[in-house]
Amino acid sequence: MTGARVAQYLNCLNGVIRREAQRWLHQRGRFISALVRPLLWLVVFAAGFHFVLGVSIVPPYRTYIPYEVYIAPGLAGMIQLFNGMQSSLSMVYDREMGSMRTLMVSPFPRWFLLSSKLLAGVAVSVVQVYIFFAIAWFWQITPPAWGYVLVLPALILSGLMLGALGLVLSSFIRQLENFAGVMNFVIFPMFFLSSALYPLWRMQQADTKLYWLSEANPFTHAVELIRFALYERFNATSALVVCAYLAAFMALAIIGYDPGRGLMARKGGE
Amino acid sequence: MLHDVSFTIRPGDFSVLLGLNGAGKTTLFALITRLYHSRSGRICVYGNDVERAPLAALARLGVVFQQSTLDLDLTVAENMAYHASLHGLSRATAKPRIEAELARVGLADRRDDRVRALSGGQRRRVELARALVHEPALLLLDEPTVGLDIESRRFMLDHVHHLCATRRIGVLWATHLIDEAEGDTQIIVLHQGKILADGARDQLVAQSGAADLKAAFDRLTRKAAA
Repeated sequence: MTGARVAQYLNCLNGVIRREAQRWLHQRGRFISALVRPLLWLVVFAAGFHFVLGVSIVPPYRTYIPYEVYIAPGLAGMIQLFNGMQSSLSMVYDREMGSMRTLMVSPFPRWFLLSSKLLAGVAVSVVQVYIFFAIAWFWQITPPAWGYVLVLPALILSGLMLGALGLVLSSFIRQLENFAGVMNFVIFPMFFLSSALYPLWRMQQADTKLYWLSEANPFTHAVELIRFALYERFNATSALVVCAYLAAFMALAIIGYDPGRGLMARKGGE
Repeated sequence: MLHDVSFTIRPGDFSVLLGLNGAGKTTLFALITRLYHSRSGRICVYGNDVERAPLAALARLGVVFQQSTLDLDLTVAENMAYHASLHGLSRATAKPRIEAELARVGLADRRDDRVRALSGGQRRRVELARALVHEPALLLLDEPTVGLDIESRRFMLDHVHHLCATRRIGVLWATHLIDEAEGDTQIIVLHQGKILADGARDQLVAQSGAADLKAAFDRLTRKAAA
């Protein structure tokens, strides 16, 4: 690939990210709710459960920790989960409104356009997570300074994986009305069947089947990857699982957006 | 379903793809723009096959779809800049072009307004300006005047004719409105997925022995139905 060609690709990527950021900033409601949602969990939910749930010492923590500290990485994951689904919601919206065509008529290869779209969503979600961490700092969520740096690659990886899942869903959902179902059948089960709100050993004591479901849940591994990184540790298992899910979701998304198969073909002649 | 649809558009040609609703115009557009694959046959843009060399083919193509594809939450300039980047243009290259195209459609002073605030006619003009930012050699418009008032319709037609004449852009204008096929135009009549006629307007009318294009079109489609 020549230098000029690479520059064109970068211009395209830059434009897609810029548009995603502009949309995020222009849509006040989405902007505010994305910030308020995790804070509500942190301030209200965690306060209520503070004395109900005792958390024993689990890695990566070295001491007993308050419940707020335990759920903070899970809430960072939740921001990314919502973001991934929201960007796929916007893809479905774009398709209904026709603006998806603007993207698809671009001369760049489709895998590149989808990846750009994905990276744009991740960029927005990473910014949101850091804003959340900044506010959470005032609630005694004070991980080591290096943790804030080390968590960045973890956030990018988990954001990519959750965004790719959103792409897959958006390519197979025909209409906006079906999206409420996704919220109920994807976001909530993924969130509750994960280690975001409680360590999985508690789940294991309660129900082994649910425990194994939670272990297989990609969101669990996204949260653990973030949690370990935030406390300067690397969770290799979670990193591998997240990468594997990312590859699988990306492959499915490219199939779903292939003009010969998937959405375009099934949609028929308009 | 399309059968034996074959035609050529030369630089500077204003070609009208004339057909009733459901004739296959939108399907044809979707195939040309790679929204879906054709099972057989080839489509080339300036010699570049849209399936085998989509990069080269789509880079020279400007499209105005039947349905608006603007992002209502973004400003006019943001919408155009997004489109420019999707064609690999740098911001420095795109900026003066965006200004120039907006000025040509008389919307330079609306560049920082959200698209939501624009009228239907203005939105169409933005879409036309946007389709030209990457300087395409071939411009496709799918029913570009649907839902527009007389003045906006006039503007779109005149502006596109002007583009053909001054910039030598080849144009394929799909419509079901016969009066849009005025003056010196090439006419392609599409009916039930087949091409019934292809040629210069006057020649087509003369061949059919009808008094005007409307009568010629009626004769052609009636003959096909019989």
